[in-house]
Amino acid sequence: MDAATKSEASGLHSALRYKFIALVGNEYVRAATAADAVARAQPKLVIEPGTERELAEILRLSNEAGLAVIPRGGGTKLGWGNSPARADLILSTVRMTEIIEHAWADLTVTVEAGCTIQRLQETLGQHGQRLALDPLWPEKATVGGVLSTNDSGALRLRFGALRDLIIGVTIALPDGTLASSGGKVVKNVAGYDLPKLVTGAFGTLGVITRAVFRLHPLPLNSHFFSISTVNAEETQKLVLAVQDSKLAHAFLQSHFSDEKPPASDILFEGTEAGLAAQETQLRVLAAPASVCAASNSSWTARQELWAFSDPASAAIAKISILPTNMARTMKLVAHSAKAQQLRWKALWYATGLGWLRLEGKPGALCAALQALRGELQGQDGSLVAFHRPSKMPAFDAWGTASDALPLMKAVKQQLDPKNTLNAGRFVGGV
Amino acid sequence: MEVRILDEFRTIVGGRGLISSPEELHTYECDGLTNFRVMPRAVLLPNSTQQVQAVVRLCHRERIPFVARGSGTGLSGGALPVENGIVISLARMNGILEVDFPNARVVVEPGVINLDVTGRVAPHEYFYAPDPSSQSICSIGGNVAENSGGAHCLKYGFTTTHVLGLEVVLPDGSLVHLGGKTLDTPGYDLAGVFVGSEGTLGVATKIILRIVKRPECIQTLLAAFPSTNEAGAAVSDIIAAGMLPAAIEMMDDLAIQAAEAAVHANYPNCGGLLLVELDGPVAEVEALMTHVNEICRSNGASEIRKAQSDAERALVWKGRKAAFAAMGRISPNYIVQDGVIPRTALPQVMSEIARLSQETGLRVANVFHAGDGNLHPLVLYDRRIAGQEETAELLSSNILELCIAAGGSITGEHGVGEDKKKMMSKMFAEPDLVTMQRVRCAFDPLQLSNPTKIFPTPRLCGEKPGEYVPRPLESAGIAERY
Ligand SMILES: Cc1cc2nc3c(=O)[nH]c(=O)nc-3n(C[C@H](O)[C@H](O)[C@H](O)COP(=O)(O)OP(=O)(O)OC[C@H]3O[C@@H](n4cnc5c(N)ncnc54)[C@H](O)[C@@H]3O)c2cc1C
Repeated sequence: MDAATKSEASGLHSALRYKFIALVGNEYVRAATAADAVARAQPKLVIEPGTERELAEILRLSNEAGLAVIPRGGGTKLGWGNSPARADLILSTVRMTEIIEHAWADLTVTVEAGCTIQRLQETLGQHGQRLALDPLWPEKATVGGVLSTNDSGALRLRFGALRDLIIGVTIALPDGTLASSGGKVVKNVAGYDLPKLVTGAFGTLGVITRAVFRLHPLPLNSHFFSISTVNAEETQKLVLAVQDSKLAHAFLQSHFSDEKPPASDILFEGTEAGLAAQETQLRVLAAPASVCAASNSSWTARQELWAFSDPASAAIAKISILPTNMARTMKLVAHSAKAQQLRWKALWYATGLGWLRLEGKPGALCAALQALRGELQGQDGSLVAFHRPSKMPAFDAWGTASDALPLMKAVKQQLDPKNTLNAGRFVGGV
Repeated sequence: MEVRILDEFRTIVGGRGLISSPEELHTYECDGLTNFRVMPRAVLLPNSTQQVQAVVRLCHRERIPFVARGSGTGLSGGALPVENGIVISLARMNGILEVDFPNARVVVEPGVINLDVTGRVAPHEYFYAPDPSSQSICSIGGNVAENSGGAHCLKYGFTTTHVLGLEVVLPDGSLVHLGGKTLDTPGYDLAGVFVGSEGTLGVATKIILRIVKRPECIQTLLAAFPSTNEAGAAVSDIIAAGMLPAAIEMMDDLAIQAAEAAVHANYPNCGGLLLVELDGPVAEVEALMTHVNEICRSNGASEIRKAQSDAERALVWKGRKAAFAAMGRISPNYIVQDGVIPRTALPQVMSEIARLSQETGLRVANVFHAGDGNLHPLVLYDRRIAGQEETAELLSSNILELCIAAGGSITGEHGVGEDKKKMMSKMFAEPDLVTMQRVRCAFDPLQLSNPTKIFPTPRLCGEKPGEYVPRPLESAGIAERY
């Protein structure tokens, strides 16, 4: 059965299907399988355009036909957010992988959305540069997906988040418009900053087709240290002291769990002379806690959190708090976990962002998340659930939206009036 | 303006908060770009968020356009009043509301002066990083609207990096909170969109800022080169060596002369002066400074000097920050331009600027944020000589065309405002501009908040995109319209 016949079987109008095929070629339009399902929604068709023009055109046709479209990069984080209200078509960037221009002397790169982070970093590395970001699963995650989910890791402390690294973007809108904003230079205030608008928008406003980033040099040298502490209060004291010191660390993250006392990893980058001096200072600052050299495994700590054994009994949440609320939050977590008989493990950055894994019965997970969210929202914080077992009782991924929700809806209405893109996946039902 | 409306405004802000006499209104006719002038109908000086809301609600009800104003130092006509509109000055809302050192956050009202934030947190060895040269007079609200930069933004990022959250009065008078004290508040990054929107999306009434710990050591180096070409080559080598200095600034001979005349910064006399500032742990800075020294020498620096004391460092920066105003010492009139190029295009663009200068007979002084390719060519002229002003304006806009052709931008920090609207369609395609305006419509469907700025062709909200243009695929017969 060819793609056309298959998708007809699944109810997609054949004239439209032939248009898709005419646009991108028969081999790049195929019927979706169970593996293409997004949360509980089963799309009918997967289309893999080769250029941004093709992508914009498919999007326009789908939008006109009232189809619901889900953009897809490496598919590593497709389950994040609420389950889509509708899903007809997966619009994949898998063929749009070109690194269009690495202007190494200007420390910028222009890249298509489907390029994986790993490939991008390898190319940049040839000139001793990097995108100063450590997202999850770089070998599969793409530029477009990482941007849309705003996935940052430990390096954010020093280099900022994607919003601080992206300097230009091109997006395809549901009406077929291809719009660029920002530019190719690091400093630029001409027009609205739409690169920031689409970063973290979960593909609900447009499909990112290419991005321009500012780059940083690879470090000359780097040293990792691990600092153990007896409890969360002490960890917090340490973290705040390091943050208030004159150390120039590139990252600082702390591990907590129901098994072991907390430990923190700190990374220094720079000249050997600078590193030696900072190590000495760290040892003064961290006493009486114990400092030891740590391994490169600190880079993958967040990924390990995601390596849970049973997806049906694990939940993962991204939590944002004020740095001074870290110990208090860990106490809350320990308390809720105990009350609900859950195992737990967490990774916290000095920026106040943290990742929490809970394991146990779905109902108990839900109760614990609910309790935590309630507490955190009362302290200017937030809890976003990025993995929930399918059997868990209904629990919105995002939580209560702020008073800006009507404005967010108005933005959505302006750019995607027919709710074609990722319907219902985002905050407040957007 | 009708008396009944003025009365209503007066009831909201009190007698002292309303300016409506023509003599007093003159002050508000223009911002730092004085060749555009429009007389506002009234100026309102609210002293609270509630008052701003009430004023904006009234504007909304009566369809009166309004323009927010901070200190009026903008250089693109952003705070220029609009015809038949009012100005909302945030000058009285100048309180620093919260200082939270452990979390490195400060909450301010929009009228707070940039330097006062650093002044307030300096005793704890923190600082507010974005440092426009106007920092002793410009307001945080203005900085937010322009996404202002400064010399140290090379390392620390522009205003947008340091704004975590905003309280905004939307153009219908409603109040929203964008972003917040914690990172990644769920939802669209509308704080990111608001910063740099030049007052067109509403009025910021409260701003949550990030502050930064002062580094262990700061060292500033002056290097004198025969011309900006050698200085530019040194900049490229510094970046290529993997360093990220806190600042790299460049001045040419004219700019040096002017700065010397104005503040006696004791700069070496040369064709291209580099100021390189490194900061961080002492050992790190010392190791890198040695390297920067070598790079400057190998690129032909004749004199290399390190500022020896804080006082000397301050003087070096005073000279640089006074560069615009200093032009008054060497020319009766001047235009401050603000364009960006990829750093590598510097030699080529500089020689083009020199050619334009020669052709027109007008002198151009150059001050750059060299690390990020942000040029500030200053076109010197004499208004009393017939035709010179027009020539200067043309020269100045030709320089922007050079920036666009080099793949750069028409503004790195001063904004588009009234001044560069026309250039927008040279930098962006129509669909790009239409998309931005659609975002604007979400915030301000009636287009009351600083309308007529940024965009070359205003669009009514709800207007359908222009006539359908077949896409290449369709024309080629590969696709057809559905
Ligand atoms: C000598 C000199 C040197 C300068 N150097 C630099 C420099 O190095 N870097 C740089 O980036 N700029 C520089 N500037 C430009 C200017 O100082 C900045 O753009 C500054 O941010 C403007 O602040 P302001 O308070 O004067 O704003 P204004 O000029 O009053 O207003 C600027 C814009 O902000 C809007 N606005 C003001 N307050 C609010 C608010 N609360 N809510 C919403 N919108 C608001 C206005 O409507 C207007 O569009 C310089 C200017 C001068 C005169």
